[in-house]
Amino acid sequence: MSRNVNRDLIEDVTLSNEEIRRYSRHLIMPEVGMEGQKKLKGSSVLLVGAGGLGSPLAMYLAAAGVGRIGIVDFDVVDFSNLQRQIAYSTADIGKSKLDAARERIIGINPNVHVETYETQLTSENALNILKNYDVIIDGTDNFPTRYLVNDASVLLGKPNVYGSIFRFEGQASVFYAKEGPCYRCLYPEPPPPGLVPSCAEGGVLGVLPGIVGTIQATEAIKLIVGQGDPLIGRLLLFDALSMKFRELKLRKNPACPICGDKPTIHELIDYEAFCGITPQPTNGESLGQWEITPEELKQKLDHKEDVFILDVREPHEYEICNLEGYLIPLGELPNRMNELDSSKEIVAHCHTGVRSGRAVEFLREVGFRKIKNLVGGIEAWAVKIDKSVPRY
Amino acid sequence: MATKVLIPTPLRQYTNKADVVELSGNTVGELLEDLTERFSPLKKHLFSEDGKLRSFVNVYLNDEDIRYLQKEATKVTEKDVVSIVPSIAGGS
Repeated sequence: MSRNVNRDLIEDVTLSNEEIRRYSRHLIMPEVGMEGQKKLKGSSVLLVGAGGLGSPLAMYLAAAGVGRIGIVDFDVVDFSNLQRQIAYSTADIGKSKLDAARERIIGINPNVHVETYETQLTSENALNILKNYDVIIDGTDNFPTRYLVNDASVLLGKPNVYGSIFRFEGQASVFYAKEGPCYRCLYPEPPPPGLVPSCAEGGVLGVLPGIVGTIQATEAIKLIVGQGDPLIGRLLLFDALSMKFRELKLRKNPACPICGDKPTIHELIDYEAFCGITPQPTNGESLGQWEITPEELKQKLDHKEDVFILDVREPHEYEICNLEGYLIPLGELPNRMNELDSSKEIVAHCHTGVRSGRAVEFLREVGFRKIKNLVGGIEAWAVKIDKSVPRY
Repeated sequence: MATKVLIPTPLRQYTNKADVVELSGNTVGELLEDLTERFSPLKKHLFSEDGKLRSFVNVYLNDEDIRYLQKEATKVTEKDVVSIVPSIAGGS
């Protein structure tokens, strides 16, 4: 079977009596059996990202008996991770995710060999890291890394098990350019920065990465044991609110720049630039005339200057915490801008400054001249100015 | 003639939270025109300034990508379901 990514690796693999006992529910199914279980033990999987998707992936792949699991991440466990990143517990807060994940994996199955890469995946290191694994799993949270993982997987001829989540909705597929389309066939180009909100901005239902991550784990296991129909050439869509799965056909694009008939990409590129991300100005140095820092705003308020605070978040966010600003959610701004007095000095804010940045841009376009964006949003205000404001 | 168009989560903030909108038109392009007329803030999310469908927004007629049919000229009937599937990147 060409799909069997691991066919040469089982000859030297043996299972101990303890392992046979551990994997007995696999072994008694002919689709896995001793052969499939040995393939799992002889296989290696790389998890790019140890967050919401990476958590269930690491745990289930460890439990299933994948012999070697590599993890790439450079984050530490934060309070706000625990709502969904089930590999971590409250006691892990502040710990490196890689250390915590390793402990969790070994706790589940000490037979697993864990390899960790405490780094951001980059065009410089990606091929070197990915080349040592049979299956690559994309559990990242940003477009540049998704295109990087895709391109590196295509160049190395590895299957890339894809999963992506937003609020109540998820997508999953298997990109395997040898046999079907790749991520670029699905989406030739990324959206411009800021147009599609991230989970940190838009939120995500805690169990959603559990569902999508376990779908990815299932696909990885199928690829390794060589059973079933993988999600190659199919895009699975899941909507938790309607509790519906749908499937769309995914075709290999003959004009795909990396896996098409005449590829133009032969090596990894600058993915930040590809995704339109320009380096951020360093702190405090080149603040635009349309921006204001929390410290500056505090000063103005202390001096009782007449500043109108415009909050462009959603009403449910306003309920969590607010600066007693005037609430107009970003989406309603075009229809409600007549409620604003353009002769007054206006400071717009949101959670972290992204949405209010868009609000300021929009209001400038329609002629507002005394409008500024609060850099870092209410989050920066809570950190720098008023610790009584809850962070979310 | 009304055809169902499924709106994905990231775009529902522009459709008064509706997840399905019934629209009229004989082609996918006409349906999308009707959609962006009803919900004008959606326009910049679906189309670039020169009026082309954005490359990170996929449109499917039933389970087939319209890029592999007749693109926006793809004919639709009342029985069809059109889905808009934008790229999302969340994972952490």
